[in-house]
Amino acid sequence: MKFSYYPGCTLKTKAKELDIYGRKSLEALGVDFEEIKEWQCCGAVYPVAKDEVATKLSAVRTLAQAKEEDGKLLTLCSACHNVLKRVNEDMKSDDNMRLKANNYLALEEAYNGETDVIHYLELLRDYVGFDKLKEKVVKPLTGKKIGAYYGCLLLRPNSVLAFDNPENPSIIENFIKAIGATPVVYAMRNECCGAYVSVTHKEIAEKKSANVINSAKDAGAEMLVTACPLCMYNLTENGKGAMEVKYFTELLAEALGVKE
Amino acid sequence: MQKIGVFVCWCGSNISATVDVKKVAEVLKAEPGVVVSENYQYMCSENGQALIRNAIKEHGLTGVVVCSCSPRMHEATFRKTCESAGINPYMVEIANIREQCSWIHKDIEEATEKAIILGRTAIAKLKLNAPLTAGESAVTKRALVIGGGIAGIQSALDIAEAGFEVDIVEQSPTIGGNMAKLDKTFPTLDCAACILTPKMVDCAQNDKIDIMTFSEIESVKGFVGNFKVEIRRKARFVNEKTCTGCGVCMQKCPAKKGLNEFNMGLNNRPAIYIPFAQAIPNVAIIDPEQCLKIKNGKCGLCSMNCQVNAIDYTMKDEIVEREYGAIVVATGYKPISLENFNEYGYDTYKDVVTSLEFERIMNAAGPTNGQLVRPSDGKHPHVITFIQCVGSRDTSGCGKPYCSKICCMYTAKHAMLLREKYPDTEVHVFYIDVRTPGKNYDEFFRRAVEQYDVDYIKGMVGKVYKEGDKLMVQGSDLINDEQVIIPSDMVVLAAAIEPNPSVRKIATMLTASIDTNNFLTEAHAKLRPVESPTAGIFLSGVCQGPKDIPETVSQASACAAKVIGLLAKDTLKCNACVAHSDEMICTGCSVCENVCPYGAITYVDKEFRLGGGKTEVRRVAQVNPAVCQGCGACTVTCPSGAMDLKGFSTKQIMAEVDAVCKR
Amino acid sequence: MEKSEQIKLIKERSGTDAKKCMKCGKCSGRCPAYADMDIKPHQFVSYIEKGEIDKLLNSKSLFTCLTCFACVERCPRGVAPAAIIEAVRQEVIRMQGENRVKAEEIPEIVDDKIPQQLLVSMFRKYNK
Repeated sequence: MKFSYYPGCTLKTKAKELDIYGRKSLEALGVDFEEIKEWQCCGAVYPVAKDEVATKLSAVRTLAQAKEEDGKLLTLCSACHNVLKRVNEDMKSDDNMRLKANNYLALEEAYNGETDVIHYLELLRDYVGFDKLKEKVVKPLTGKKIGAYYGCLLLRPNSVLAFDNPENPSIIENFIKAIGATPVVYAMRNECCGAYVSVTHKEIAEKKSANVINSAKDAGAEMLVTACPLCMYNLTENGKGAMEVKYFTELLAEALGVKE
Repeated sequence: MQKIGVFVCWCGSNISATVDVKKVAEVLKAEPGVVVSENYQYMCSENGQALIRNAIKEHGLTGVVVCSCSPRMHEATFRKTCESAGINPYMVEIANIREQCSWIHKDIEEATEKAIILGRTAIAKLKLNAPLTAGESAVTKRALVIGGGIAGIQSALDIAEAGFEVDIVEQSPTIGGNMAKLDKTFPTLDCAACILTPKMVDCAQNDKIDIMTFSEIESVKGFVGNFKVEIRRKARFVNEKTCTGCGVCMQKCPAKKGLNEFNMGLNNRPAIYIPFAQAIPNVAIIDPEQCLKIKNGKCGLCSMNCQVNAIDYTMKDEIVEREYGAIVVATGYKPISLENFNEYGYDTYKDVVTSLEFERIMNAAGPTNGQLVRPSDGKHPHVITFIQCVGSRDTSGCGKPYCSKICCMYTAKHAMLLREKYPDTEVHVFYIDVRTPGKNYDEFFRRAVEQYDVDYIKGMVGKVYKEGDKLMVQGSDLINDEQVIIPSDMVVLAAAIEPNPSVRKIATMLTASIDTNNFLTEAHAKLRPVESPTAGIFLSGVCQGPKDIPETVSQASACAAKVIGLLAKDTLKCNACVAHSDEMICTGCSVCENVCPYGAITYVDKEFRLGGGKTEVRRVAQVNPAVCQGCGACTVTCPSGAMDLKGFSTKQIMAEVDAVCKR
Repeated sequence: MEKSEQIKLIKERSGTDAKKCMKCGKCSGRCPAYADMDIKPHQFVSYIEKGEIDKLLNSKSLFTCLTCFACVERCPRGVAPAAIIEAVRQEVIRMQGENRVKAEEIPEIVDDKIPQQLLVSMFRKYNK
C-alpha cells in the first residue's frame, strides 16, 4: 500500500519543517509514500455554504487523483486535512455536489468519494501504531513537557472528521508519549487560535492565542506542538513568542534520529 | 348465502371529514350478499350498537362488517354487540377506515374510494368466515415481578395484599433499586430510606412474596395465565439461608479494592460485602473478580471467620423454573454514560459529579457520611454549579431525545438542601426550561429561588475547564444576554436517564414491544397505560417511560390492580383464532414445531386407514388450542400447506387480496 | 428580490434547520468569539427563523466568527449556527462592492511570516 502524500501550498514555503521532517520520518518508519501527482491547492478553507461548488473543485481534483493512485491520501496540514476530508464527504453524500462537480470536471471515471483521507497522525496511530513508533524511537525526548494543540480543524465537525473525541482528544498526547516526552493536558487545547481573522482583527487573534498559551503554561507545558501552519503563525506571532511552538513532525524526526 | 349488514361509522368528523361515509354505505349496499348498509355518527355509542342489533333482528343477518376505527380499538365492542343479538362474535369483520384511511389521506375522493375497497375486502373475508368458539385455559395464580426497585416492590406488595403469591426477581444483590441510593425525596423532603426500607422489610416478611436477588430471567415460555419462566440464580458464594448478615467477613476481607456500586463507585468495598446496611436480603455476597480465594486460591479468611459456615467458594449458578399467570416488568433505569459529553469534564475532573453521585455525597450513609466534601481533595466546596439537561432533549445523537422528567425537581431539591445545610455555599443552576408540573412541584422549585437564594441561569453550559483550583463553568445567560464564566468548586450534572440495559433482552423473551428509546410500549397510551400489548405482561415504573417516585408508585399500584384482576379469574377465554393442522396433508417435518414461540405444537404418531383394511402410522402435527396464540408463524413456514389459522385462513386472506386488487 | 425569497435562499444555503433549535443557548455558551460579537450565535438561529434578516446582514459578527465549529459540535439539536452565519456572510460579500479586503492593501497589512494558507482562507472568507 502506497500513500499519496499531499503537502499543500504552505508546506512548500512557510511551513517547510512540517514537510521535510514529515517525509524524513516516513522514510525512517518505512512507510511507502509518494507525493501525489499534479496536486493543487485544497482551497485553504472549507466552503461551508451549501451553494458553493466551484470553490471545492480543486479539492475534488486532488481526491480523484489519489483514487487513481492507491486511494490513500495522506495529509499533514490540519487545514488541508479538514478541507479534503469534508469535500470528500460531500462527494460521498451530497447528490447535488457530486452531480455538479462531476459534470464540470468530466473525469474519465466519475468521482464519488472513494478516496480515504488520512491525516499523518492517524497514520501513526492506525497504520504504524504508537507502540511500533515507540520501538523505533532512538532519541526519546525524555522529560520534555509538551502540550498538544489540536485547535479546531482536526476535530470538528466530528461527524465528518471522526479524528478523535472532540472534547477530550488523546491522539497527540499518545504521540507525545510515544516519542518519550510527557504530555501536558490543558483546557484550551481544542479552542481556536484566532484563525483567519488574524489579518483583519489582529486583536482577536492575539486574545485567542494568549488564551491557549496561558492555559498551557498554567498546566505546566514548556512547549506546544501543532499540525497547522496557521495555528503556528497565530501562536508564535500573535502569541508574541510567549511559548515555544513546534510542528509535530519536527519532534518526530528528532526522536527518530533523522533531524540533522 | 350469507346475509351481511354493513355499518359505516363517521367517528364524529374523524372519518367523515375525509371519507364520504354516505357514499361508502351506498356503494357497499350493492355488494352481493349485503342486505343492509347504514351509516351513523358514532357506531360504538349505545345508539350505534342498537342500530346494529336491530338490523340483525330485522334482516336476520348472519354476519356484520363495521367500517370504523382500528380493530384494536373496538373489535371487542362490536363482537359483544353482535353476540348479544345472536350472531357468533367471529362473524364480525372490521374495516379500518380511520387509522388506515381517513387519518392518513387528505383527498376526499381518494379516501372514499379506498374506504370502499377496504369495506369490500372485509365483506370478501366475512363470506368465508365460520362461527368459532373460544376454548378456556386455567390461570396460574402467581405473579412474577422483574425488578426490585420501588416500582417492583410496590406492585409485589399490592399483589400479595390481594392474597396472590408473587416472586420478585432482582438482578443486583439487594432490592431497593435507585430509590435506596437517594438522600431526600421531593417535594416533601422526607428521607428516601425512611419511606423505602419499611417497604423492603414488608416484602421480606410477607409470606406471599419470594425475593430472588442476584438473579436474572433466563427464558420465558407460554402465554397469559400460563407462563413458564426459567430464572438464573447467580452464584453469590454465600449461602443465603444461613448467612446472618453479621458483617464479620467484611471486616476480615483483605481485598478492599472493589468499587462500591451502592455509592456509585465513590469509595471502595471489600470483595465480600453486604451492599448497604438495610439491604434485603441482609446477606453477604462475594465479588469473584476481587476475591483472592476464588482468583488464586490463597486466602479464605471470610470462611474461617464465618460462625455459620455460610461461605461456599464453589457455588454455581442455579436455574429455577417457576410458573406464573402474569408478569410485571419493573426493570427501572440508570443514568446515561457521559462519554459523549466531555465538554462538561466529567471524565477529566473529579469534582464534576453526576446527580446520583451527589445524592450519595449528601447521604448520611454515603461515602462521606453526609459531609459535603469535594471528591478530589476532601475540601468543603463553596460554589456549586448544577447543569441540567445533560443528555436529555438531545437529538444530535450524543444523548436522548426525550425529557428525563425528574431532573428539574431533584436539582431544585439538591440546591435547596445545600443552601439549607450549608448557608455558606453559593449555588447556581443552568437550565433550559424548568419543568415542574405536579402537585406542589412548582411551589417547591420557587422556594429554592425565593427562600434559598439559588441562582437560576437560563442557558446552557458550553465548557467546563480548570483554572488553578477552580472549575470554570462557561455558559450562556440568555436573560441577561451575556456569556458567563462561574468559577466553581464543584459541578453537578443532571444526566439523562435511560431504561435498564437488560430490558431489551427481557422484552424479547416476553415478546413485549419496545420503542426506539428502549422504553416498553404500553397497549394504549391513554386507556391501557400499564399493560403491554402482549397479554399477561404489565408495566411498572420507568421501564415504560421517565417518571418520578410518586408517579412510579401510582403506576405500580395500577399495574398490580390489573394483575390482580387477571389472577382473580379461574380461567381465561382463549383465542378462538388458533392454528390447526390438516393431518391428511401433514408430512411430519417438524418445521412448525420449531418456529412456534408458545410451544403449542407437538407431534404424534397416528394410525390412518388406507382402505382395503390396510393402515399406516404417520407422524403428524397437533396444535394445543389452549396454548396457541394465533400468531400464524406455523402457517407461513409449513412447506406442505397443512397448517392453517382459523379466522385467518389462507383462503380468507387470498379473498381479501383479490378484493383489494379487483376493480 | 422579495425578502421572504432572500430568507429562504439563506436558509437553504446554510443547510441547517433553525426550527430544530430549542433555545438552550449552548452555542453561545461555547463560543470563543462571543465577546467580539454584536449578534450572538443563538441569535443568528433565532433571527433567521423570525425573518429579521436586515439585522443579520449588518452584523459585525459576520466577520468576527472564527468558523471554529464549536457551536455546531455541541448543539444538542443538530443545528449549525456557524453555517447560518456563513450563509449570511456569503449573502453580504457576494453583493457588488462588498469585498472586505482589497488585494492592493495586502502588502501593507501582512508580515512576511504569514502563511499562504492564512491569506487564501482570509480571502475566501471576506471576499468574492
